[in-house]
Amino acid sequence: MISIKHVHKTFAVTRADGPVAALSDINIDIADGDIFGIIGMSGAGKSTLVRTINLLERPTAGTIEFDGRDVTALSGGELRAYRRRVAMIFQNFGLLAQKTVLDNVCFPFLAASGKVTAENRARALELLDRVGLAEKAQSYPGQLSGGQKQRVAIARALACEPEVILCDEATSALDPKSTNTILKLLRDINRETGVTLVVITHSMDVVEKICNNVAVLERGRVVEQGSVAKVFANPQAEATRVLLGKVDWDA
Amino acid sequence: MLNDFLAEFAPLLIQGTVDTLTMVFASTAAAYVLGTVLGVVLHITAPDGLRPAPVPNAVLGWVVNIGRSLPFIILLIALMPATQALVGTSTGVAGVIPPLVVATAPFVARMVEQSLAEVSRDAVEAAEACGASVPRIVFSALLPEALPSIVRGIAVTLIAVLGYTAIAGAVGAGGLGDIAIRYGYYRYEDGAMIVTVVLLIALVQLIQSACNLIARKVDHR
Repeated sequence: MISIKHVHKTFAVTRADGPVAALSDINIDIADGDIFGIIGMSGAGKSTLVRTINLLERPTAGTIEFDGRDVTALSGGELRAYRRRVAMIFQNFGLLAQKTVLDNVCFPFLAASGKVTAENRARALELLDRVGLAEKAQSYPGQLSGGQKQRVAIARALACEPEVILCDEATSALDPKSTNTILKLLRDINRETGVTLVVITHSMDVVEKICNNVAVLERGRVVEQGSVAKVFANPQAEATRVLLGKVDWDA
Repeated sequence: MLNDFLAEFAPLLIQGTVDTLTMVFASTAAAYVLGTVLGVVLHITAPDGLRPAPVPNAVLGWVVNIGRSLPFIILLIALMPATQALVGTSTGVAGVIPPLVVATAPFVARMVEQSLAEVSRDAVEAAEACGASVPRIVFSALLPEALPSIVRGIAVTLIAVLGYTAIAGAVGAGGLGDIAIRYGYYRYEDGAMIVTVVLLIALVQLIQSACNLIARKVDHR
């Protein structure tokens, strides 16, 4: 269970109109095993929000609780241990270009213990097999397509058997076919392992395909949240209607 | 005529080439040990680095800039007492290596810093999100990712140091620069001068080609 409580984030950018508020009073609960969508336009603050969950961004105020424990102030070894329980995949994959696919998937083991054992390597190969890329283990990321790179990133995210995977625009750089492959893979992994998925996207299509619950973000605030069925059937906020494409073109 | 020339100058030119290569490679190697550490620290303490630290970053930046501001000939002379104390002489090949290292390390620091800045931020952030510590990110992500660019920087550095050794020749360091000045300039031995220049050109081409080849070999992008 992830509880985001009264989270604010202000960037100390010097502008004429003062510091920039990226997030204002965000309150979201994400249940274990859920696929939770956070949707919004570009600049709504969704990436900043997801990055506060694994503390790549520190909230300016408010707390992030993980299984009832406040993790907001973690640092050093405790923070690193926490990050291994909350994995992340990125829009641009974040793979190491100079390492083989197998070494990329083994990276979390290296990060955890400073070495990669034969057992770790066997586990990494299993994961590559799970994402359908066993034969690419000795390739380099540069030799793969975008969809394949994201599958490698998913295998890497799974390496440390995380409880949560944060997906930051994971399909936004992919074509529709690869998008579907990745979404289906994520949904299947959620069903098989019970891992919680937090899916950041600007696409209602992605939310509709895999999410159970959704929060709509606009200018750093949650303007609407609830089950996907409810929000889609009866959108309340203007931002939700725009994202759903229910806009009057001539207005 | 050619035989006369070779008889007179061949041993000298061979010794000069060996001395030049010794100076260039020994000081570049030492400068890379020092400069890589400086470059990494500059990179991770930068405002958007892994461990932002404005004051140490600014101080280190200043030190590096001062090191790069001094003309090499001035540095060479200013460091003579320190060099004397360190290696027992302030002339010859051994005497010029310490000032070469001091002059080159700040240059290397900036080259390495620039190579690290080219590494994809996404990859570094992903490593961070995997729960990697800063030293782990530096040694297992940042430096390996930057390696092809660092190798290209090594070519630039080696060639710059080759230029410095010629200057060092003016104060009796030995090497090809020394030969060019003593024989070519003071004694009007045009043959020795031309051969020296040809040797220097060949060395530069060789260093650049070798480094390009290595950079291509280690780059998997």
